[in-house]
Amino acid sequence: MAQVSLKKLVKSYGAVQVVQGIDLDVADGEFIALVGPSGCGKSTTLRMIAGLESISDGAVEIGGTVVNDLPPRDRNISMVFQSYALYPHMTVRENMGFSLKIAKQPQSEIDRQVNEASAILGLEALMDRRPAQLSGGQRQRVAMGRAIVRHPEVFLFDEPLSNLDAKLRTQMRTEIKKLHAKVQSTVIYVTHDQVEAMTLADRIVIMRDGHIEQVGTPDEVFKRPASRFVAGFIGSPPMNIEEATIRDGQMVFRNGDSLPLPAQFAGAVTESQKVVFGLRPDDIFPSGHGLSSGGAGMIHEAELPVSITEPLGNETLVFVEFAGREWVSRMLNPHALRPGERIAMSFDFSQAHLFSAETGKSLARPVKD
Amino acid sequence: MFRKLSPPVLLLLPALIVLTAVVLLPLLLSLYSSFTPFRLTRPATLWIWIGFRNYERILSDWVFWAAFLRTIVLLTIALNLEMLFGLGLALLVNKATRGKRVLRTIMMFPMMFSPVLVGFQFKFMFNDNVGLVNNALQSLGLTDQAIPWLIDGNLALFAIVVAEVWSSTSVFAILILAGLLAMPQEPVEASKVDGCTPWQTFRYVTLPYVMPFAYIAMTIRSLDIARAYDIVKIMTDGGPARRTELIWTLVGRTAYSDAQMGLANAMAYVSILLSILFTIYFFRKLAAARTQIGAEW
Ligand SMILES: Nc1ncnc2c1ncn2[C@@H]1O[C@H](COP(=O)(O)OP(=O)(O)OP(=O)(O)O)[C@@H](O)[C@H]1O
Ligand SMILES: [Mg+2]
Repeated sequence: MAQVSLKKLVKSYGAVQVVQGIDLDVADGEFIALVGPSGCGKSTTLRMIAGLESISDGAVEIGGTVVNDLPPRDRNISMVFQSYALYPHMTVRENMGFSLKIAKQPQSEIDRQVNEASAILGLEALMDRRPAQLSGGQRQRVAMGRAIVRHPEVFLFDEPLSNLDAKLRTQMRTEIKKLHAKVQSTVIYVTHDQVEAMTLADRIVIMRDGHIEQVGTPDEVFKRPASRFVAGFIGSPPMNIEEATIRDGQMVFRNGDSLPLPAQFAGAVTESQKVVFGLRPDDIFPSGHGLSSGGAGMIHEAELPVSITEPLGNETLVFVEFAGREWVSRMLNPHALRPGERIAMSFDFSQAHLFSAETGKSLARPVKD
Repeated sequence: MFRKLSPPVLLLLPALIVLTAVVLLPLLLSLYSSFTPFRLTRPATLWIWIGFRNYERILSDWVFWAAFLRTIVLLTIALNLEMLFGLGLALLVNKATRGKRVLRTIMMFPMMFSPVLVGFQFKFMFNDNVGLVNNALQSLGLTDQAIPWLIDGNLALFAIVVAEVWSSTSVFAILILAGLLAMPQEPVEASKVDGCTPWQTFRYVTLPYVMPFAYIAMTIRSLDIARAYDIVKIMTDGGPARRTELIWTLVGRTAYSDAQMGLANAMAYVSILLSILFTIYFFRKLAAARTQIGAEW
């Protein structure tokens, strides 16, 4: 059993706290994705779990034991590094078999494990090369292979797919998912790629400046972002977010344009409070070209000018001008639109988000899940 | 007359002339003289051609062969010791959390002394009557006799090795330290996660990475020792009874004391061959080690 717990975990470099007291419980066999902007402390957190970085304060527990003072080799983990970290003087085969060799496994067993992993990763043709003779993507796959031959209790991945092309990345994503289903190890997976996080993870942890902004299932963090930051970070294209002031049941934006306050937020705000309004591109659409929404009464319509369009084949991203900026909307069953053309737009308020402008925290939940 | 020469040739001409005058001509002259019975005291002998007689003579002379073998033995022992100590020193300095620069500078001190001074210093230290070494051994009660360091043949060779190692371990230490400092940390971390103890990390990851640097040091040092002259000249002058005679002290003695320049030059050419062989050997090792770590230099 290998649940992983972080208890008030802190990392400081001199006076700078780069990880500021993180609490997180990862269940045995759970797949956790760690996301957040560059420099927010994801790698540092992962390295503290691995034992490669000293812990300034707090504790890391693996399988119920505090491992703060255990060297990495006694933690039964394996890690894929952001920078591959392959052994330059060993061949691919030796790289992958190294941990088993250190663990004094018989050669036949090492060969079996290495061959199995190389088949999964499509590395058979490269087994006798050295890392310097491989492309970035190939090196990354070797690093993956080195991690999986060990069958550890906990996998730590630091952006393991960041150097692969789109096709290979999709393929490897599937492989990781299959692998996890098969071995049922606990996985902590750092990534920049939302799609990876959404498709792979049981729960997503969104980090910012060394603390956790929200922990939740992919569905939760997408539909019920706990803060303005999470709302803007998760989802692609990103949520439309704009500051407004509450006046007479209206949200008045900075340039004077306004929208009615969605009914579900009526009790959550006070007159002249500063708020942040957010609506995903899926929930704004040229009338008649959107997802059918539950609350017919929750649709607000407005006529707005089109600025540009980005056709994507089966749908088109339509940018409309409103409140002094461009709002992204998703048009299903698209037809051609001219820039400057005024069209009827529907705002699905049942999916609206409202955050406090002061704290950035969510003021209420949308009506519908 | 310069008009006819192309500009590149013209521009290189001064360098060519200087090089010819100071390198090529003396080299050819010494090569030529190794085929003559040339003696400094009788200049006319330079013009007598005796073919390979000098070479025949030294190759059948056990004094020469003894010096030759002794040089190789000294080379092997000293290089291995320097390599070991240098590696140890470099690892220690690399571990230091601060003051690395100061330590690095201190480490280079022995290199700052002229080998002649090192020779005098160690000659004094190993002196059987007033030397530091005997003094220390006697004060510690380890022995009550005066050990004849520079008088017994084997002990004298040992004393020379100590002096060589003292003065040149830093060459290894500096180069290996450079390797350690340039070494990427990720593979080391990966090995920790892969289950290595600190020793295993060193053995399987660090050592293979710094070996090319050690080979560079070996190449440099093997040339150094193969022409070791000053320290030996000062400490024992090849004595006692030629027991510490190395190729170059023998060449020097033959050339200047015995004034047999032609014979000495023949010896010199044979020993240059030795140096070249060592260089080739270490460059081979270096190339192999480089491909091994996948170095891009
Ligand atoms: N040795 C160090 N000394 C001082 N600051 C450091 C050190 N290592 C990392 N940091 C800082 O800690 C912060 C977190 O770094 P970390 O590598 O964990 O970020 P990250 O979330 O993994 O970013 P990325 O997505 O770019 O990999 C950064 O601001 C970085 O500058
Ligand atoms: Mg990182």
